[in-house]
This record gives sequence, C-alpha cells and structure tokens, in this order.
Amino acid sequence: MSSLLDLRLVFVTGKGGVGKTTVASALALLASQRGKRVLICEVDGRGDVAGLYEAPPTGYQEREVLPGLFVMTMDTEASLREYLKLQLRIPVVGRIGPLAKAFDFVATAAPGVREILTVGKFCYQVRERQYDLVVVDAPASGHIIGQLAAPQAINELVKVGLIRSQTDWMLDILSDPARTGLVAVCTPEEMPVNETVELAGRVRTETTVALRGVVVNRVLPELFGRQEEAVFDALCSARPRRRLDGLVGEEAGTVLAAARLAVTMRRTRAAHLDRLRAGIDPAVPLFFLPYLFARSQGLRTTRQVATSLGEELGF
Amino acid sequence: MAPARSSPASSPPPTSLDGLVAAKEIVIACGPGGVGKTTTAAAVGLQAALHHGGKVLVVTVDPARRLADALGLEGIGDTERRVPDDAFRAAGLKPRGELWAAMLDTKQSWDALIRRHAPDERTKDEILRNPLYQNISGRFVQSHDYIAMERLYEIHASSTYDLIVVDTPPTRNALDFLDAPERLADFFSSRLLRWLIVPYRSKLVNVATRPFYQIADRILGTQFLADISEFFVLFQSMYDGFVERAQSVTRLLSDRRTTFMVVSTLEAVPLREAEFFADELTKRRLHLGAIVLNKVLPGYFTDPVATGTAAAMKEQAADLAAALAPDLAAAGPELGDEETIRRVLGEVAESFLNFHVVANRERDERAHLAVAPEVLCAVPFFDTDIYDLAGLLRLGEQIWSG
Ligand SMILES: Nc1ncnc2c1ncn2[C@@H]1O[C@H](COP(=O)(O)OP(=O)(O)OP(=O)(O)O)[C@@H](O)[C@H]1O
Ligand SMILES: Nc1ncnc2c1ncn2[C@@H]1O[C@H](COP(=O)(O)OP(=O)(O)OP(=O)(O)O)[C@@H](O)[C@H]1O
Ligand SMILES: [Mg+2]
Ligand SMILES: [Mg+2]
Repeated sequence: MSSLLDLRLVFVTGKGGVGKTTVASALALLASQRGKRVLICEVDGRGDVAGLYEAPPTGYQEREVLPGLFVMTMDTEASLREYLKLQLRIPVVGRIGPLAKAFDFVATAAPGVREILTVGKFCYQVRERQYDLVVVDAPASGHIIGQLAAPQAINELVKVGLIRSQTDWMLDILSDPARTGLVAVCTPEEMPVNETVELAGRVRTETTVALRGVVVNRVLPELFGRQEEAVFDALCSARPRRRLDGLVGEEAGTVLAAARLAVTMRRTRAAHLDRLRAGIDPAVPLFFLPYLFARSQGLRTTRQVATSLGEELGF
Repeated sequence: MAPARSSPASSPPPTSLDGLVAAKEIVIACGPGGVGKTTTAAAVGLQAALHHGGKVLVVTVDPARRLADALGLEGIGDTERRVPDDAFRAAGLKPRGELWAAMLDTKQSWDALIRRHAPDERTKDEILRNPLYQNISGRFVQSHDYIAMERLYEIHASSTYDLIVVDTPPTRNALDFLDAPERLADFFSSRLLRWLIVPYRSKLVNVATRPFYQIADRILGTQFLADISEFFVLFQSMYDGFVERAQSVTRLLSDRRTTFMVVSTLEAVPLREAEFFADELTKRRLHLGAIVLNKVLPGYFTDPVATGTAAAMKEQAADLAAALAPDLAAAGPELGDEETIRRVLGEVAESFLNFHVVANRERDERAHLAVAPEVLCAVPFFDTDIYDLAGLLRLGEQIWSG
C-alpha cells in the first residue's frame, strides 16, 4: 500500500485533546521536510497550528511558515466569498454585509452549507494542484462525520443547480482512496480507544472517505524488560532500598514508587491497545508516538513528533 | 437578564464540591476536549447520590456515547435509566439516593419537540416529513446544542430529580450550546426569515430582494429553496412557543440554582481554553462554581529532595549498582548482574526526571491560574483508566469534601 504522504488530502481527527493538532502539524512538517509542498489547514481557528511552528497567527489566506509549508485557518465566510467570486463571478469586496447575513441565514437554515464550504475549500485546493499535500486539522470525531458526509447529504437534498455539480466533483476527490484519506488520532486510554473504534465503523458506513491509519499518541516509554523488572522488584524490597537511601539521599523510595506508577500506567494502557487493534480493520496500520516530556510545546517538539512519525512510516 | 451574582457576606462561599452541589439543582460540566468532563460529571453525580440522597440524574449531551461506558450501562438511550442496585452492590456501595443516567438522542428529542409545539396534526406531519427537517434533526451536529438545552429545561421543569449533572461536548461547542437558545430566538424573529418566506407566500418578489433569490436559486436550485421555505413557513407557526421556550432556557442557565464546573488538565493548551471559558461564563453572569484540575501528576515529582535523589541515582548508577549487587544476589542469583542493575537504576532515575519536567510545568501553570471559582480542586493522574463505578468513586472522593 502506498504511503500516507502520497495522498493529496489527509483529514486528521480524533477525540478532543488526544493530539489532533500536534499530529497534523507534525505530519505536514514531515511531508515538507521530504520535499513536498504542503498546506495545513486548521478548522477550529484557535491558532494552535501556527503556535506549534512558532509562527505568527495565520488567517484564511495561506502563508508559508517554513520552507514548503503553508498554514491557513478555515473561515466559512471567506470561503463563501471566494466561492462566489470564482464560481459565479460575483466580486465581493470588503465585508459582505447583507450577503454575510444572508449567508449566515442560509447556513443555519440549510445545515451542511457550512460543512460544504469547509470541505469544498480543501477539495478545491486539491483540484487546483498548487500543493502536493493538504493536511486538515479537522474537528473532533463527533463532528468529522457530519463534515465528511455533507457533500453526500447535500447531493441527496439538492438535485439540480450549481451546488449539485460542485458536490459531484467533491465526492470524486473524497471517495478516491488514492487521493483522500482519514487519520484517526487516539491515546491508549479506555474512552479514546472506544471512540476510535466507533469512529472507524461510522467512517466506513456513513462516509466515502477511507481510514488510512490510526495514530496512537502519548505512548509512555517501556522502562524495563522482564529480567530487568525482576531486578526492579528486588530493588524495591526493604534492604536494597535502605542501602540506596544511604547512598543517594532520603527519597530513593519515592523515586522507585514513581517508576512503579509509570510501569503500571503503561501496562494498563497496553490492554487498550489490544482492544484497538482488535476493533480496527487489520488493513489499517497503527502508528505509535511517544509521550513528550517537554517544558513546553513548540517547533522543537513538533520536529520531535515529526521524526517519530517518520520512523513509524518507515522513512 | 439575570441579576448580578455575589454571595452576601452572611453566607461564605462553599469550600468543597459537597457544599456547592448541595445548594444547586443543575451542575453543568464543561471544558476542553478529553480532559475528563464526562468522567467528572459521572463521578460528581455518583457522590451526590451516595451522600446527599434523592434522585440524581447524569445526562450527556455529547454526540459520542461515552457516559454509558463509565456507568456500566450498555445501550443507554434518550430516556433516563436508573443505575441498578446490583451495580452498586458489586462495587460495595450503598447509595442514600438513586443515580440515573441518560444520553441525548438528538433526532428523538427534536421529534418530541415538534409534536409538542406544532399547532395541529397537519403541520406536525408536514414538518416531520420535510427533507430539510430530517437533515437538521438527524444528521447535523449544530442542532444538538439547542436540543440539549431544551431537554435540560424540560427535565428540570418536570421536578423529577433533585440534582441534574450535565456533561457537555468540548468547550467551543459548549459555548455554542450556551448561545443556542438565544440564537434560535433571534433567528425566528429575524426580518431575514420573513424576507425569505415572502415569495413563497405571495409569489411576489420585490425589486430589492430579487437579486438575492436569483443568486440563491442558481446556487441551491429551486426545489431546495422551496424545501427551505416550506420548512420555515411551518416553523413560523411554532414561533411563539419556541421563542418563549428559548428565553426560559436562557433564564434557567443563569438561575442561581445552576452552576458550572469547568474541568481541565494542567496542560497549556487545554488550560488556556478552560480559562477562556471561565472568563466567558463570568462575562455572561453565569455561575462559575468550580474548577476541577484533572490528571495532575503526584506532588512528589516536584519535591527537591526526591529530585536530587533521582539525579544522583542517574549520575552514580554504575557505583550504586556495584554496591547493591551483593544484596540483590542474596535475594536471587539471577538478580545480581551489575550491568542490569545499572540499567534499571538509570531507567528509574530517568523516568522520575522526565515526569519532574512535566510536573514542574504543571505547578507553574497552577500558580498562575487566572480565574477564581468558588471551589478549586485537583484530581491526580490515576494509574488506570476510569470506566466503572469503582473508578468513578475513586475520582469523586478526591474532589468531594475538599
Ligand atoms: N505526545 C505527546 N506527549 C505529551 N503531551 C502531548 C502529546 N501530544 C499532545 N500533547 C499535549 O496534549 C494537549 C492537546 O494536544 P493537541 O492540542 O494537539 O490536541 P487536539 O486533539 O488538537 O485538541 P483539541 O481537541 O482541543 O483540538 C496539548 O497540551 C499538547 O501539548
Ligand atoms: N484522573 C484521571 N486519571 C487517569 N485517567 C483519567 C482521569 N480522568 C479521566 N481519565 C481518562 O481520560 C479519558 C478521557 O476522559 P473523558 O472521556 O471523561 O474526557 P472528556 O473531557 O469527557 O472528553 P470529550 O471532550 O472527548 O468528551 C478516559 O479514558 C478516562 O478514563
Ligand atoms: Mg486541536
Ligand atoms: Mg465527554
């Protein structure tokens, strides 16, 4: 199977807070490091992506923040304006005023319009071929289905008109597994795993997009192998611990207890990974990213994650 | 609008969740994604049922089904279900009250709402059949926000429960749901709405609005426009009911019987968002009752003595291994290998120092927390996940009595 980086459009989703933005930013950085021209688009508009590259905030207009790496923030009103200009040749300058109101109105009245303008923009970028790869820092798993299913839903509702012909070519791109893929991010915890398994099922039945991989983020390091663990247990017993205290300071017991916590956390989390593997189509690969012990998150950690991701992808 | 809320001097603010929740009828758990809102909401509901008695309902408005996992209720749905006594007994618990749980089904709730507000049978059937309505109610998430608040209002008004704990989707959406009732009321009273509906009533489009219809027609197609209009013409008939209801919901949220519990971890991204949300609550004069800091690393990770010990252990791992080898060999010959001991000591020290970095960052974040709730509490990072009553109990005990 071809690599994730050979796709043209990748949606990165997952439960809230699992690391979607972190993974999407690292994936885009990795692709750009490998010589691709990449656009990463943030859908929720919080500015987290620019922060992870330590770049100033970006808007709807894409901006190159690192060589070959462009960032933009989704804005449905701007997308509408662009759409009207390109498709209907209606030039709209400045704020659209009454049109914005009308849009707000139609968007609320006809749900799916907002989604279609969002997804439409990405598909448009793919069609225009200005980028080798478009990475989307997509909304959380509860919402991504609505977004990815929107073109199909609109297609069922709207039988004629411009929108109809638009959704037709969008569906072409979204349904093509050689061009478009979804990456689900999760953590090795009970509920994120449940949600990922549920998401995988819904992606299959409710959308036309292919799930191309699951990234397991925040994996704690394996401290010891079996033989080493026996040694660790022995170290924790009274005599060696007392001797340690005497040699390095009073708190050897605490340091040992902390390691015990790390070992247990990793172990309980490993069980969830087994469930994840069992609940996902065997053809979908899992990629593992380590927990980052960093003072803060920025370009340095994004590079670290990109490197780990590259190793997982076999580079 | 709600009156400004300041506690009179005679009743000092509660210092524990126990005290806070005892005085409220609705607790809304909100915050950034993945921090533990659902888990905390369920844990608070459980504590209230255990200690305060009465009927406690935990309701999730989350599009994904998670609360069920935490409460051990398979296939929990839109109607409230009681957590069975067996489940409590198995966890060794004897609650004073009852714990109930529900998981909102948007489609079902919308249908019920239409049935209630529709002026007559025909309107009701026409709405339920309208393709646009089916999409709004079934497929798209935005409609979730309004219906969640509407259901909360309805359940509260039924006076069936002494306490309702509401779980919400991640913050940005939580803000949406705060605004949803008002937005809906605005929407139905908007001139724009009438404007759009006019041509389908009178077939008479005036000069000023014609361009809009022409564009809309080109983009959306006539049939779709007709569907939209029909939908809104029908909805107009329920206008008064909706607006009135939306206003009641807004009032309920700012009522003094309602409080908000913001959940966050001490990681930078979620914490900034939680602060933003707490700020918004205060701006809207909603009651910021508690902030729960979840998944906090144990305090010993920032202890200077322990950190010094770990650093020394890392540095002197080889010497220490030599000194310890005889002790360990005495416990078992296979345990006496110096090289293995050195590696283990190195890993143990390294692991501590790694978490030390994270714990320091957390401590710093906590010291600079820019919000002042009535109750501030912290939950440690547990070594296992929380997905059953025992786990919820463990979490709840950490925050309940302060
Ligand atoms: N591998 C990792 N190790 C440690 N911390 C991490 C890791 N990945 C992400 N984080 C931290 O977790 C938090 C959430 O990450 P991120 O913003 O990428 O998640 P998200 O899924 O985009 O969240 P949201 O749902 O809020 O958009 C951040 O504070 C980030 O620093
Ligand atoms: N104190 C804790 N220690 C360890 N694990 C925890 C703790 N609190 C919550 N968890 C785990 O973290 C995961 C996320 O929790 P939960 O689903 O409650 O978050 P949430 O805020 O509701 O997420 P979402 O925003 O996606 O709705 C769960 O697997 C839960 O078991
Ligand atoms: Mg994000
Ligand atoms: Mg939740």
